[in-house]
Amino acid sequence: MNIMTEAAAEAALEKKMNTVPLKMVGKDVSVYYGEKRALFDVNLDVRENTVTALIGPSGCGKSTFLRTLNRMNDTIGGCRITGTITLDGEDIYDPSIDVVELRARVGMVFQKPNPFPKSIYENVAYGPRIHGLARNKADLDVLVEQSLQRAGLWNEVKDRLHESGTGLSGGQQQRLCIARAVAVSPEVILMDEPCSALDPIATAKVEELIYELRSNFTIVIVTHSMQQAARVSQRTAMFHLGNLVEENDTDKMFTNPDDQRTQDYIMGRFG
Amino acid sequence: MTPTHIVSIYDEELKYLTRRISEMGGTAEQMVGDSVRALVNTDTALAQKVISEDVILDNAERQINEKAIITIAKRQPMAADLREIMGAIRIAAELERVGDLGKNNAKRVIAIQSLGMPRALARGLEHLAELALTQLKEVLDVYATRDTDKAKEIRERDDEIDAIFTSLFRELLTYMMEDPRNITPCTHLLFCAKNIERIGDHATNIAETIYYMATGTPPEGERPKDDHTTSVGAE
Repeated sequence: MNIMTEAAAEAALEKKMNTVPLKMVGKDVSVYYGEKRALFDVNLDVRENTVTALIGPSGCGKSTFLRTLNRMNDTIGGCRITGTITLDGEDIYDPSIDVVELRARVGMVFQKPNPFPKSIYENVAYGPRIHGLARNKADLDVLVEQSLQRAGLWNEVKDRLHESGTGLSGGQQQRLCIARAVAVSPEVILMDEPCSALDPIATAKVEELIYELRSNFTIVIVTHSMQQAARVSQRTAMFHLGNLVEENDTDKMFTNPDDQRTQDYIMGRFG
Repeated sequence: MTPTHIVSIYDEELKYLTRRISEMGGTAEQMVGDSVRALVNTDTALAQKVISEDVILDNAERQINEKAIITIAKRQPMAADLREIMGAIRIAAELERVGDLGKNNAKRVIAIQSLGMPRALARGLEHLAELALTQLKEVLDVYATRDTDKAKEIRERDDEIDAIFTSLFRELLTYMMEDPRNITPCTHLLFCAKNIERIGDHATNIAETIYYMATGTPPEGERPKDDHTTSVGAE
């Protein structure tokens, strides 16, 4: 009989964590908004099928870094990026990259739920339709149902798929946005404070969802709630003044972080 | 100097725990010292005082636990704060046990004095108690200073107490073999000695907890042990 000691099990887990393939790799990433430098040579890896939380005080660069991962910063005038970011080894800033296709692979959910002013069905069906992911109406129906199932919203909306998405509650709208993001089968989902506009119950549902989505997607989440980062993520990265201060296993980060600045921030002390 | 919390009442809550632990430490130290004095001088009045003081520690432990639980629920403490609070809960439990052991010794004073105990027998205990009390006193100082080197030092010194306890154990056995009338008082003294040895262990546990609170990792290596009483008579 093979009895694994606790220490051996822990070592095995650690080894497993260290061998999780890297989905995205940021190397020496710096971002400038005009003259102002917002990120300083950030080196951060995003592991596959892992929830990575980005934390730090306002203006620390965590949302800026998140947006570099699917080139959302491209839309901001005067924004310049140096360093490299790869998705499965491929440089996403390479001129040959189709940004629309990139954003289908790296989806995004925003702070405020922003459903289209269309029906629930159309909200979810929109992405697959423009990306040509469904051959016919039946295919699309299946995809919409699957996506709503995955977002934990199906049971609540299955009888009113053709009502407006904006008529849902805030928490439901956010899960609709997650369903919309999931519908195009992205590989990575970026979430920018997805729960900050939600009440505690809706927050718990979204957190539960994030936990489940991890098995099929790689998730990067920016959050101001330390407790949320502790609850949903396996890896946590702490930013401060545009620098990556520390990146660690979430369990370690919230019990015994290596960096004093992380310690002060998560404990709610003045740094 | 660690920066203060943005929410200042949180600091107050943590300070409350530290203050109450220090108070508990003072009471426990006093009780143990008094119980040994009562034993050596067969002073039953002092023994009664020790017995009556145990409730102070019981109440303090309960209050510390209540406050700690409320703080965890309200503030969701992280990292060093979390360790601080968990440490307070653990240390309060250790100190409450120290009080119980002091009380138990005090109760035995009352039993022994009616038997008429030769003072010479209690002498050996005094030295043991001195060492245990020094450990307790120093570990409470370390709680205030968070000096991890000192915490390790205390932890490593526990084997001295073990060694003296072992020799005391043999000594008491000898007295009992010499004269069967010694058996009853010596058995009580044996329990007293064991209680004092346990107080030393609790001081060591507190040292380990403080080390963990300060560093986030348990102290490395086995704690040194020199208690051979379990095999006395077998050799």
